[in-house]
Parts: sequence; C-alpha cells; structure tokens
Amino acid sequence: MAYFFQLVFAGVAVGCIYALIGLGFAIIFKASEVINFAQGELLLVGAYIISAGVFEWHLGFFLSLLLGVIVTVAIGLLFERFILRRMIGRPVFSILMITIGLDIVLRTGVILRWGSDPVPPGTPFQITSGFNFGGVHFGANDVWTIIVTVVLCAALFYFFRFTKYGLAMRATALDQEAALVMGININTVYALAWGIAAAIATIGGVFLAAKSIAFDTTLGGTALLAFPAIILGGIDSVSGAVVGGIIIGLAEVITAGYESRFASILGTGVHEITPYLIMILVLLIRPYGIFGTRKVERV
Amino acid sequence: MSSQQAKKNIPVSADPPRLLGTAASRVVFIISLMAIIVFFLVAGEDWLTIINYTLIAAIAALALNVLSGYTGQVSLGLSFFMAIGAYTAAVLGGTPPTSSLDPIGLNLSFFIWLPAAGIAAALVGALVGPTALRVKGFYLGIVTLALVFIGQYIFLNARGLTGGPQGRTFPVPVFGTFSFDQQNMLFGFILTPGQQYFLLLLVILGLAALFVGNVMRSRAGRAFQAVRDNETGAAIMGINLFEAKMGAFILSSFLAGIAGALFASYTRYVVPYTWDLTLSIQFVAAIIVGGVASIWGSILGAAFVFALPRIIEQFSLLPSSSASSGVSSGDVNALIYGLLIVIFLLFEPGGVIALVRRSRLLTRTTRTPEEEGGDVVETINLPASNVHVEPSVDSSVPTTGEPS
Repeated sequence: MAYFFQLVFAGVAVGCIYALIGLGFAIIFKASEVINFAQGELLLVGAYIISAGVFEWHLGFFLSLLLGVIVTVAIGLLFERFILRRMIGRPVFSILMITIGLDIVLRTGVILRWGSDPVPPGTPFQITSGFNFGGVHFGANDVWTIIVTVVLCAALFYFFRFTKYGLAMRATALDQEAALVMGININTVYALAWGIAAAIATIGGVFLAAKSIAFDTTLGGTALLAFPAIILGGIDSVSGAVVGGIIIGLAEVITAGYESRFASILGTGVHEITPYLIMILVLLIRPYGIFGTRKVERV
Repeated sequence: MSSQQAKKNIPVSADPPRLLGTAASRVVFIISLMAIIVFFLVAGEDWLTIINYTLIAAIAALALNVLSGYTGQVSLGLSFFMAIGAYTAAVLGGTPPTSSLDPIGLNLSFFIWLPAAGIAAALVGALVGPTALRVKGFYLGIVTLALVFIGQYIFLNARGLTGGPQGRTFPVPVFGTFSFDQQNMLFGFILTPGQQYFLLLLVILGLAALFVGNVMRSRAGRAFQAVRDNETGAAIMGINLFEAKMGAFILSSFLAGIAGALFASYTRYVVPYTWDLTLSIQFVAAIIVGGVASIWGSILGAAFVFALPRIIEQFSLLPSSSASSGVSSGDVNALIYGLLIVIFLLFEPGGVIALVRRSRLLTRTTRTPEEEGGDVVETINLPASNVHVEPSVDSSVPTTGEPS
C-alpha cells in the first residue's frame, strides 16, 4: 500500500508541473484564443538559463531564477508584440504553426548556445533530500512543487478575482469588443497573459528539471503532456488546468508504477501514452473538458 | 488562407485549363525536362541522394497539402501515416525472416507492396478519421499529435512487424531481374541505384501531382476547399462536411503511406523513432514555405525544407558549428526551417509559389484590372486559391482524363 501512496504522491507532484504549464496555455488561450505550442520551450529556455546562472555564472539560485523569469517573460512579450499581433485574424493553422516556429527556434537556439549534452539543473534542493512518513518518501523537490503550485494558484485566483487587471483580463476573455469599449487596453491584457504564462512556465521548468540529476533539450517535449491536461480540464479554464494536470500526472505515474506487471500484454512505455488515450476519450465524450465552456464546435 | 489569396480577382475561363495549353507552359516544360535530363546525366550520387529525398518529401508534402492546405484541417500526424505505409511495405515486400527474432517479411512484388502501403494508410485514416474529425482547429492539431505518440508506442512494441527499437530493413523495388539495390543496364546505359530511384520517384511524384491537381478541380476537391473557406457556407451549399473532411483525410493518408513506403525503401533501414513529431512538423514547414493549397508549392516547399539545408551543408556555406559541444548540422537545419516558418507566415503567407506568381504577373503584358485588395468583399468566400492556382500550373490536365 505504501507503494501506491508513493505513486500517488509522485503523481500529484508531476501533475502540479503539468498544471503550471497548463495554466500558461489556459491563460493565453483565454486572453487571445491562441494555443502556444512554444510553452514547453519557454520552460526549456528558463531551465537552461537558471542552470547556466547557477553553474556557469555563479549567481546563486534565486538571482538565476529571477534572470530566467525575466528572459522568458521578455521572449513571451516580444513574440506577442512583434509576431503574434501581426497574425490576428489569420487562420488557426497559421497561428498554430507560427508558435511551432518559435518552438523550433527556441529549442535550436538553446542547442546552439549550450549544446545537446545534458546539463545539471539549477535547484535549491538536493535530489536526495526529503523526509519519510508512513513508508512514503516525500522528496523536497516534489513537496515544494506542490506547495508552490498551490501558492501560485491562490495568487492567480486573487489576481483574477480582486485586482483591476485581473478583472480586465476576465472581461477581455468574455467579450473582447465590449471590453475594448469599456476602455480596457487589450494590448496590456495580451502582454499580461503572455508575461504570466512565461513566468509560470519557467517556475514549472525549475521543478521539472530538478526531478533528475541532469536534463537536456527533450525537457521541452514533456510540456506536450500539458495538452491532455488542459483538454481534460477545459482549454479555457484556469481551474480546469490544475485539476486536469493532477489527474493526468496521477494517471501517468500510476500506470508507470504498475505497467511492468502487465508488460507481457502492454509492452513497454504505455505510461507515455496514457495521457493521450485519456485525452482522446475526453474529446469523444466531452470535448469542452470538465470545466470548459461548451463552445468547442464539432462537425 | 482564402482572404489573403482572394485579393486577385482573375477571371475564370469557361474551358478547363489544358495540360501544357499555352506556349509559355510548353517552353517551361521543355526547359525543365532538359534540366532534369542534364541533372540525371551529370549528377553524382550525393546530389542524387539529396534530390531523391526531396522528391519523396514532395509526395508527403502533397499529402499534407491535401488535408491542411486544400481542406484547412490542421494535422501534425503525417509521420504516423507515413509509418503505417512504410511498415505495410516492409511486411509485404520484406525478406522472409531467417530466425524467430527477425520481423516478418512476405517478399511480395513491388507492384503489391507500394499500392498496399497507400491503401493500408488510407484504411487507418478511415478508421481514425471519424474520431479525430469530431474536433477541429487547435483540437485536431492536438489529437493528431497524440496519434504520433501513440504510433511510436505501437511501433516500438510491435517487434514482429517493425523490429522494435532496433528497427528493420525495408524492401527495394524489384522489376523482374531489375533490382534497385544494384547497378542495372537500361537501353545500354548503366544506371546506379540513385539514378533508378530518381526516375521512379519522378514518375510517382508526377502521377501524385496530376492526381491531386485533378481531384482539386473535381466536385470533391471543390467541396474540400469550400469546407476550408467557410464551413457554414459549405454546409448551406449542400456539402456534407463530414464526408468532405473524411475524403481529404483518407486521400492525404493514402499519399502519406506511399511517401512513407518510398522513404523507408530508399533509406533501407529505419528505426521507429524516425516517425516522430519533428518529421511531421518538417512537412508542415514545407507546405508553409512552399505554398499552402498549391501543387508546385508542395514541391518547392519540400525543396526548401529538405534540400536547401543539405545543399548548404554540402558546400559548407555555414561555418561548421563546433562539433565538440554536440551541435549537429540537423540543429542548424532545424533553426533554418524554424525561422523560415516564422518569416513566411509573417511576410508571405502564400509561400514561395506566391512570390513566383507575383513575379509572373509583373512580366505579363496584358492584364485585366488588378486592384490589390479591391474586390475582397466580393470574392472572399470563393475557393480563391483554386481560381488562380490551376491556370498557371503546368501539371493541370483536362478534367476528362481524371484517374480515380
């Protein structure tokens, strides 16, 4: 039973990372109806800068974190302002592809700068640190992932519910033209959405990278697993991203924990596709997700 | 794409454009034929390799253009359908296993395994389509992305068919005693394997281009483009949206299967990791750079994305990145096509083919009034690309000779 609880804990921790990435997707989608395929590579750039900050430039973790957040937010803002804004009104296909273009450029940029060999993650925790309780090992990184996710969600909730700009963002998501008429600066809203998404992605990247002793550029691909999470939760729902992320994280880790017992039937690597299988099931039954608004059109 | 392309309001003639109908197109045809012959005679194996991969990529880009360009459905799943085609070819045409560890091979003829590769991919497309096409836009993109990952899991585990993570060999085309893995005599010429593939691929690409060009001028093809331009409008005109999308999905899968089989056959040995998301994205890059909803665009795009980086590499125009830090030329290529995607989407959404067309308009002497953006309202919902794609495309043929 301790094994099961260990898996549940690990699943929730992984799910929180998906939730952080998914939050970025959801916030950008809510504001501008764009799915940012480059979210994972923003995370990657953040993780590499923090790693370089700690081990190459010896800045210390928190200064490196600040630097990483600043750089990714800057990339997000510049991309939104100078590229995506020129694409308004263009077909979905084009917008999707231009974010994939950014994704490729960021990833190869990282490879050209740092090479494709694994680098150590910049993290304030030792990979072995943590405590045991009831036979379950609570790793420091995983515990902090959960805590930071909860704090960030609370902060975002407060921001969206009680601040002027949060209200402006919700109003824009609801009805862009009406918001414009009410004197809301849509440009600020878009910039805010991209800035928040990039910053959260970088924080997610710190925890994701710190799960192992070294990481390389495949880290960005992990962010693709946030897609099943947001589809499950509802693509335009911020709380849905969190719930979806945790469910997907649990499903993935629990499958990974038990798949070896069924290896003769399932083969290897089935945990890598369980999130996608769940997503396809959700799309068939409830394409707008658990918390999403019912406007996803079907044929 | 229509709103950008609808700007040019070119009158449509009542007669369907004929294959090589104008003097200019005949001249272009003869010049390109001569260029092909000269290339064929003088090119070394390294050049032939580049061009052969480009020809295969052009078939795959054509497949993607049917679905994404002409029908407007986002797809990141092309590599999955290419893999289905490749493994069908391998199972049907591969060498019979010598030990129980070898993957299956039935050693059937090229004339069975190549069409079967397309048909198998089309069948899988027909199976997956009803599920995938329930959603659209970004959602379809994500579903097709999931398809790639699920496919990789299947290919890695189905050892009997794919050889598992170690990969497997793929059959070469064999015509009687004329096997493509060795030099052969044809009309007194000695042909290298590269030259043999070049001829075969050229024929298959030509057939595929003619076929797609014809389909797009048929009732079904018009329906595809109507669905792309305005789904509601298309439905009102009596087009069954589901049927049109399924048709495009199946046709696209068929061509992708053929391309996959040829790719694997030319490479000879392929591991399942080949059929990944990056491969799919390269084809999306190809149609964006070359030209969405255009046959010549698919071919040019394949050349830009698949041949240009290799040519640059060949002549080492780029300073060779320090290999010690683990930077491969593949990374430089990725940077090039990543930038190409962004640049073309921003500044020339019609792709290279739009540049070609515009330069052609500049050289033309007599023109009908050509107000840029003048009649947008009037033509906005026409399947505009088609109105002016076909008359300028050399490969267009009379509708009577339509294979299907």
